[in-house]
Amino acid sequence: MADDKDSGEMRLQEIQKKIKDAFEVFDHESNDTVDVREIGTIIRSLGCCPSEGELHDLIAEDLLSQVSSRMVEEEEPTGYIRLEKFLPMMVKVLLERRYRPIPEDLLLQAFEVLDSAKEGFLTKEELVKYMTEEGEPFTQEEMEEMLSAALDPETNTIQYRDYLAMMVIDEN
Amino acid sequence: MGCNSSIQYEDRKSEKAIKAAVLIQNWYRGYKSRLELRRRQAMNIFESIEYADEQDQLQLANFFSFMLENYTTNNKDSSESLSQLFVNTTKRKLEPETFIRNINVPDTYYGPRLKFPLTFSDVILLIDAFKENQILHARYVLQLLQEVKKVLQQLPNIVPVTSTLSKDLTICGDIHGKLDDLFLIFYKNGLPSGNNRYIFNGDFVDRGQNSMEVLMVLFSFLLVYPSDVYLNRGNHEDYLMNMRYGFTKEIMQKYKEHGGKILRFLEEVYTWLPIGTIIDEKILVIHGGIAENTDLNILKQIKRNKMKSVLMPPITHSGVNLKYGHHDLPLSSISAIDQLSKIEWEQMVNILWSDPRSKKGCHLNTSRGGGCYFGPDVTTNVLDKFALKMIIRSHECKPEGYDICHDGKIITVFSASNYYEEGSNRGAYIKLGQDNVPRFFQYQSNHITQGKTLHERVDIVESAAFKILGERMISRQSSLIKAFHKYDPNNTGKISVRDWAKATEEVLELSLPWLSLCPRVVKMIENGYVLYEMGFKDMPVVKAPQEAKSATIETLVRYRSDLKIIFNIIDRDQSGLISMDEFRAMWKLFSSHYNIDIEDAHVDQLANSMDLNKDGSIDFNEFLTAFDVVHRLDRNSVKSQN
Repeated sequence: MADDKDSGEMRLQEIQKKIKDAFEVFDHESNDTVDVREIGTIIRSLGCCPSEGELHDLIAEDLLSQVSSRMVEEEEPTGYIRLEKFLPMMVKVLLERRYRPIPEDLLLQAFEVLDSAKEGFLTKEELVKYMTEEGEPFTQEEMEEMLSAALDPETNTIQYRDYLAMMVIDEN
Repeated sequence: MGCNSSIQYEDRKSEKAIKAAVLIQNWYRGYKSRLELRRRQAMNIFESIEYADEQDQLQLANFFSFMLENYTTNNKDSSESLSQLFVNTTKRKLEPETFIRNINVPDTYYGPRLKFPLTFSDVILLIDAFKENQILHARYVLQLLQEVKKVLQQLPNIVPVTSTLSKDLTICGDIHGKLDDLFLIFYKNGLPSGNNRYIFNGDFVDRGQNSMEVLMVLFSFLLVYPSDVYLNRGNHEDYLMNMRYGFTKEIMQKYKEHGGKILRFLEEVYTWLPIGTIIDEKILVIHGGIAENTDLNILKQIKRNKMKSVLMPPITHSGVNLKYGHHDLPLSSISAIDQLSKIEWEQMVNILWSDPRSKKGCHLNTSRGGGCYFGPDVTTNVLDKFALKMIIRSHECKPEGYDICHDGKIITVFSASNYYEEGSNRGAYIKLGQDNVPRFFQYQSNHITQGKTLHERVDIVESAAFKILGERMISRQSSLIKAFHKYDPNNTGKISVRDWAKATEEVLELSLPWLSLCPRVVKMIENGYVLYEMGFKDMPVVKAPQEAKSATIETLVRYRSDLKIIFNIIDRDQSGLISMDEFRAMWKLFSSHYNIDIEDAHVDQLANSMDLNKDGSIDFNEFLTAFDVVHRLDRNSVKSQN
């Protein structure tokens, strides 16, 4: 029992350290605050995959409590999130294993769903249409970036099996 | 019934497709964020090292003051030359006009030939030539500098600009020798002209490869449109900074015969650059920032050309006599004429070096070693005191090329894209529209990274950052090992990651996330312990001669740029050689001031053994290059050259 407790403690500490490290990268003035616009990047870089909608909910939870402390003179009245508010929220998210990363096979299935002709690839137009018009649409920049790695310039198609395989290697 | 179910089927299908799309978008954004984190980490490394470098400057400036105030008259030869070197830096004569006009431009020179007074077509000629990578002949450079000096001397310290509806006004930030960024701005925004006014807010030179060309283009536009082009001095418009950050090297490489003259001219021209512009008496445009005691009235009547370099602060009067030639001259008589008062000096340094921060108050800018960190309250006070609306400044690299803070009162604009490395940041410029409301325009010049994926671009930025981190570590290797040993009293060869991070931060004096950097930097970690004796991953090496002791190697790597500056000052005729006596005397002072524990005899030995002692003179560039840092990838190319 004691061991479990210890390893639980250690795990908590590890998680906290991970969160603090990611937070630090965006904490430009080393004063334990980050611009609210960077929160999405921080949360995702910790391995979570919330959708845009889920992200907004998370931030609203955090920001609402932030608004009341906006009146504090020290800080500028802009959207800043303090580490002391972010840390407990993020620890909970990680411990509860919310917004888990998407497993490779599910991703493959998703591409196959979009591949209505079942040909093993998507045309550039198909992918662009889906990514920029459906779901939580990409910005033009996001679309271009994805295409730069995913598009096979000779056939103008996205060989999604190969693409996924490459991305998995990249990430590791 | 058939219709209904087919509609339902379509609905379900598109619902599935939407879900699939969201999944993919979701996943991709996660991937992007992890890459963005790495890119930011790399940027933070670049930034910390850049600012730490600037802090080293303070030490150098102190050293110069130390040399001037405290050397003794024991060694007659060295003392004369050493004293002369500093006094002379301010008294070096510039070539008279006739001499310049007599510099011959050979027929074989196919670059642009300028006629003075310059016209718009001359500038176009210049731009086209630079696009073809041509180099402007030294004679035209010198003539241009002469003309520019005349124009600048007419200008007040803070130049007033009145905005008019019929003329556009564009403000650009740091360019740092990035000619392609300058051309990109001109392409997007049009060339400077009577209707298209520009303010360039300092730091035209250093770091980039084309500082000379950038400067020539800016200066020539100034000559052609003196009422519509405004150039403010930045902290890099400083001849000693140039020695440290690359412009001097660029000049000496491009202008082997006349480089020295060009450098001396530049020294002077820099000091005549105005320190700011003020638009409609409401918007102040300066390079760095302000401090709580910033006083425009003082700044307006300073003799700005007395500010030679941030590395040569005014000497305090301590009653020490200087031997100048054969006469004893009291220090005060030299300083009074040539120096600013301490107050004036501070006012100028703050304008050129300060950075805004969200913390209230005004604090010494310890990262940079000059200027202040100023908070929103300082901004409000200074703006109110002088009835200003906002300050537009530069000086700091921003990922998006610009930044707004202090409730919209401070705007930062930075125009050198990819400043640290390809892919590191965007550049931006500002256009002031109706009622002087700023509009921001961004860009990023993308030569090398065109066609590279996001992942590849981040890899490039990251490996560059780790490369310079490695260089910094290698120059402090023995101090690092000593610090590690402190945490390992029983000599087990390992220390906890926590202790490793503490020790590394102490020694390197860089506040970076060492706990997370640890696994990327050290060779072996076991169970949360660093086997520090196994060393660092991908460490660069120094290709030093065998006789050199490791302490010497480290010192020469660590203080390389400072030593270069010092040697260059001593080398008055820019020949690349200084006398062995001067070398020894300078080394003695240097090692005592910087607390370096190397016997003077050893350095002497080295110079002799490296066969650099050419009849009592030492080729200091060769001396320093012998201790160059080589990275693993470069090592192979070095080998093949031999």
